[in-house]
Amino acid sequence: MTTESTPVSRRLSDVKHIVLVLSGKGGVGKSSVAAQLALSLYDSSPTAKVGILDVDLTGPSIPRMLGLDGHGVHQSSTGWVPVYADGSDARLACMSVGFLLKNKGDSVVWRGPKKNAMIRQFLSDVRWGELDYLVVDTPPGTSDEHLSLIEHLAPIHSRISAVVVSTPQAVALLDVMKCLSFTKTVNVPVLGLVENMSGYVCPCCGEITNIFSTGGGEELARREQIPFLGSLPVDSELVTLLDAAESSETPDPESTSFGILHRYKKTRTYPLFQEIVRKAMEGVSVPGSG
Amino acid sequence: MFAKLEKERSLKEQNLLMIAVQRPPADVPEDAPEHCPGTESELAGKADACAGCANQEICASSTPKGPDPALPFIRQRMSTVKRKILVLSGKGGVGKSTFTAQLAWAFASDENAQTGIMDVDICGPSIPTIFGISEEKVHTSSTGWSPVYVQDNLGVMSVAFMLPSSKNAVMWRGPKKNGLISQFLKDVDWGDLDWLIVDTPPGTSDEHLSIVQYLKESGIDGAVLITTPQEVALQDVRREIDFCRKVGIPILGLVENMSGFVCPSCKNESQIFIPSTGGAKRLAQETGIELLGAVPLDPRIGKSADYGFNFLQEFPDSPATKAYLDIIERIQTILEQ
Repeated sequence: MTTESTPVSRRLSDVKHIVLVLSGKGGVGKSSVAAQLALSLYDSSPTAKVGILDVDLTGPSIPRMLGLDGHGVHQSSTGWVPVYADGSDARLACMSVGFLLKNKGDSVVWRGPKKNAMIRQFLSDVRWGELDYLVVDTPPGTSDEHLSLIEHLAPIHSRISAVVVSTPQAVALLDVMKCLSFTKTVNVPVLGLVENMSGYVCPCCGEITNIFSTGGGEELARREQIPFLGSLPVDSELVTLLDAAESSETPDPESTSFGILHRYKKTRTYPLFQEIVRKAMEGVSVPGSG
Repeated sequence: MFAKLEKERSLKEQNLLMIAVQRPPADVPEDAPEHCPGTESELAGKADACAGCANQEICASSTPKGPDPALPFIRQRMSTVKRKILVLSGKGGVGKSTFTAQLAWAFASDENAQTGIMDVDICGPSIPTIFGISEEKVHTSSTGWSPVYVQDNLGVMSVAFMLPSSKNAVMWRGPKKNGLISQFLKDVDWGDLDWLIVDTPPGTSDEHLSIVQYLKESGIDGAVLITTPQEVALQDVRREIDFCRKVGIPILGLVENMSGFVCPSCKNESQIFIPSTGGAKRLAQETGIELLGAVPLDPRIGKSADYGFNFLQEFPDSPATKAYLDIIERIQTILEQ
């Protein structure tokens, strides 16, 4: 689109696709979807290289979800070295403000300009290297972090697309509308909408309860003419997996996948999510590989 | 560390203690170079210690320091407000707005009490939907903006009342959000209020800093922290506790929301969000903060919020209603001490 060269565009020159995970509302599962998306893309091919960037600066959840709590970022002469979730394979790079905190209870009380500077550093100073996909997990709302992201990524705007996450209830859908209006304003193509927490299966009697109602996301997607990627029920197993993942997890010897990916593949959500990824990736302009 | 001591003291003393325990100047970032003058200082970005600091430019370029001219007006407006409560949570979607609404309904059930709600979640205001007043608009009078009244003694102010369409995104950076919050405090004709409840967005950023700064002089009576049982949420709440302690807001207590789910078909309780690290109870013990109560997940809560019903009144038999009322009673007791 533009040939303007900035530190960000130079650093991300070998990143093929950037997928933003957005939602106007908090707590709908952005981080969970971002983590699953990264894991699924990672698993889609034995050579796929995936990065995950957590720009939720005041509430980073990605380190916990990928079992990377307590890891630190190292400096090298060519920039910050991201934390690799898969260890020595180094195909799943992860970066979050959570890695920069001394103590997990420390709060990051920053106003806009400082958040902006941090995001610029995440994009320009981290040694992302060659990536097929960079998944970006965002905080709720449509504010500083989002505007900064779009601004810094402007030189490579054509490689950005977005996945929108919602829960089915009206309160959340209202915020999603705002989020869609944001994507239109900044001209980012939406790959589709994921409806999360759609129904809960009682482990005792199997009865499905729509805790946060159901179907709202699909309806909204139709009305707004964006692809509906699918709905995910509340999966306690997945909640536990992403919540209690320990970095000390012993890797499975018979599998090439690392602990968390291996266990993720056993959850009920995994097959449903593969369908979502497949549909989402149809929307990504595929240059050669996909 | 102070947990034992604190238990024996009155809440007021506790507040003083908490302020004393607070790290010295609140505006010195923890990762700052030694001798950092503090981000709010006159010397920010210009002192010798600032050389080489990654954020020097930001500190140096910020607008001239000095008290905000809005402060005296805010103080005047807030002089007729008896109690101010913040509803906070580091995490999004844990039920801050829902809790705010229940708290307000409960306070407003006393006909003699005037209650106000200020929704400072500017990018995602939910309060109007929860009260079923999302189509309302703000009216301007000679005394300021009038809040939208849900009932005679319950007024609401939210950015949603000012938008041409609920579909439009509010794409504002910090300073603009701060401006609106200051207007909510100084230009809204709140009148005499017994309670002002402030619903906040997730995180610890501009909105939170602004509200604390603007209300510092008039005093915040306390904050209620909402969480859900899983560690991912608790992590964010720990950060919020750290924030409250840094800026010196007394914490009234913790509320664990979405704690357990009773299947409407078999009546058995199951944990949707499993407290893998002991939930809010453990967090309360670790931090010496009172656990005000746990509210079970009831699908009817979300439904009521979508349709703008008063959940407490519609479903008095729900276990969640009982939990809410117990928590609210406890908050009132703490504040009356």
